Amino acid sequence: MREIIIISGKGGTGKTSLTGAFAHLARNKVICDLDVDAPDLHLLLQPAKERSEEFYSGHEAQIDGEICDGCGLCATMCQFGAIWENGAGFAVDPVRCEGCKVCVAFCPVAAIRFPERHCGQWYISATRFGPLVHAQLFPGAENSGRLVMVLKQQARELAKARGAGLVLCDGAPGIGCPVISSLSGAHLAVAVTEPTPSGRHDLERVAGLCRHFQTALAVIINKYDLNPDETARIEVFCHDESYPVLARLPHDPRVTRAMVQGLVVTELPESDFSRELGHAWSRIEALAGLKG
Amino acid sequence: MIVAVASGKGGTGKTTVAASLATIWDGPVLGVDLDVEEPNLHLFLHPAIAGSEIAHMTVPTVDEAKCTYCGACSELCQFKAISVFNQVILTFPEMCHSCGGCMAICPEKAISPGQRELGEISWGRAGGVGFLAGRLRIGEAMSPPLMRRVKARLEQMLAAAGGDAIIDAPPGVSCPAVNAVMDSEVILLVTEPTPFGVYDFKLAWEAFTPLGKPMGAVINRAGLGNDAIYRFCQEKGLPILAEIPYDRAIAEAYSRGRIIADLSPGLKETFVTLRDKIRDLAKPSQPRAAAHA
Amino acid sequence: MNRIAVTSEGPSLDDQVDPRFGRAAGFVVVDLETMETQYIDNGQSQVMAQGAGIQAAELVARAGVSCLLTGSVGPKAFQALAAAGIKVGQNLEGLTVREAVARFKSGQVEIAQAANRAGR
Repeated sequence: MREIIIISGKGGTGKTSLTGAFAHLARNKVICDLDVDAPDLHLLLQPAKERSEEFYSGHEAQIDGEICDGCGLCATMCQFGAIWENGAGFAVDPVRCEGCKVCVAFCPVAAIRFPERHCGQWYISATRFGPLVHAQLFPGAENSGRLVMVLKQQARELAKARGAGLVLCDGAPGIGCPVISSLSGAHLAVAVTEPTPSGRHDLERVAGLCRHFQTALAVIINKYDLNPDETARIEVFCHDESYPVLARLPHDPRVTRAMVQGLVVTELPESDFSRELGHAWSRIEALAGLKG
Repeated sequence: MIVAVASGKGGTGKTTVAASLATIWDGPVLGVDLDVEEPNLHLFLHPAIAGSEIAHMTVPTVDEAKCTYCGACSELCQFKAISVFNQVILTFPEMCHSCGGCMAICPEKAISPGQRELGEISWGRAGGVGFLAGRLRIGEAMSPPLMRRVKARLEQMLAAAGGDAIIDAPPGVSCPAVNAVMDSEVILLVTEPTPFGVYDFKLAWEAFTPLGKPMGAVINRAGLGNDAIYRFCQEKGLPILAEIPYDRAIAEAYSRGRIIADLSPGLKETFVTLRDKIRDLAKPSQPRAAAHA
Repeated sequence: MNRIAVTSEGPSLDDQVDPRFGRAAGFVVVDLETMETQYIDNGQSQVMAQGAGIQAAELVARAGVSCLLTGSVGPKAFQALAAAGIKVGQNLEGLTVREAVARFKSGQVEIAQAANRAGR
């Protein structure tokens, strides 16, 4: 069983649009949307939810106004500025609360509860391309990567149960916790970049992350024709670091047109773009050791 | 006034808008890059860097001569940054959130502050625009601790020199994005009128509305996609403060690191109008005098 | 006393070795002489946002075992186990607990010098 994750470093390079197309092209797979902060893959795949679970992670402090005697020790000790005086005593701002439990431990009158934090929901769904494991963090929730790990575990178990040889994941932008968690156990990361200063800069950082966590990396340059000089610079970088460049895709309004229709670009009539994308997928299969 | 330029979806044009706004601003202004995972603002403002520092956060260091392995620290730590079992005490500095709990609870006062490197903060000037940015160390998992330190320096810089600040926020709607916008006076939400743009915009609207700041939308690549975004903004009473048209020439100029407001008088006017509308939207602020989150 | 722990999907010797450590379902503690077993549920580690591996290491350390058999251990958990003086045998997924213990007793399990899984 192979796990492939599509990442980007920079947001907006086309990661989700390409993952949707790969989900169409790939055989016998479980699809997983690991961008739990702003998941978009479902907009292309129109999942029918079969299972829905609540996600709890960490805790938050809540001061019981009846018991609080207004001593203010909690506010003094809180390193995150989460406790404020509200006239009737002290209260915790859930947006700033880090869930560290210091106020709970030190309150002289035990006025502070510490319930689990309800951070989001995750789902297992059916789509026209196969099963999709996905989630939605509630807006403002901490994105520690734990939900990403839950989804990966579920996707792997589902793949095992159904005899699927591939878990194909849409990753999150950036280089923080959620991306780090996404890379764990992945056989291949495919970074989608664009020929802009930000695209190249962020590719270098996400490549650094893959190196740090020893994950194999290949690159797709999207919208390459916007700036052939910058495309060439990215190719030099990839060559120097031995990252295979799997494809150069032109900037094509088809991608948005497909999105608006709730389709992936390979479901539209064949084009240079879809052909090049098909070649890229074959190369990914070969690199990841998937039987063709 | 502090303006935060945010979005749900990545790649909609936050940095583009922040850089152009800073360039046309009339008055002292600081461009602040709080997208510490992937800072891009410098690629457009081209600042001359005047100084930088490595930012650290406090992590526990244990004096085992004083430690009795009572386990109180390990019992309290929610992040497993300090662990006691049998006659062993271990610290995992990369897990630490710097809450100070272990140091406060230790009955033997055996734990003192050590340091973990978060990343780098740099500052300088780009012509008339001040510049401040954070850059997360690769492998460092959390952005909010570094963001807090950049914000602390921002407060110092504004207190010393006055003026306004334009924050380039990270994408998304979880805690890094909320951290970036929570101490601003106005939030700009930049989006594109595609299904992904609209969906993520709604998430951002849900995430940021409880913060109680005035918000306005900027539609980038207008003409692409469909008009669902306009209907949503109208429904929620969210003013659309600017539209930047979908234009291959703009995309190509962006790919060369150009400032969009410099491309034509029309585009400059778009950003000047945006600036004025932001000022109209901002209310007099009364920030709580608490430590930053 | 010669006891070892095996990560397990269930409480008995015939349950499958759980390939994970930090978020394993539980640990079967086996007395190597009598083959008597004791089960430690790992639920409290599973619910942790971070540091499950370290929490699991604490649980196992308090059980007083000399070795831990599993599929994979992350670097932080490995460090914790090493600090507690507990040897680690990895790559035993796909076996039952009984089979893993048998391999250990016959000297077929390689004692790991490092975690076989990259950290997150």
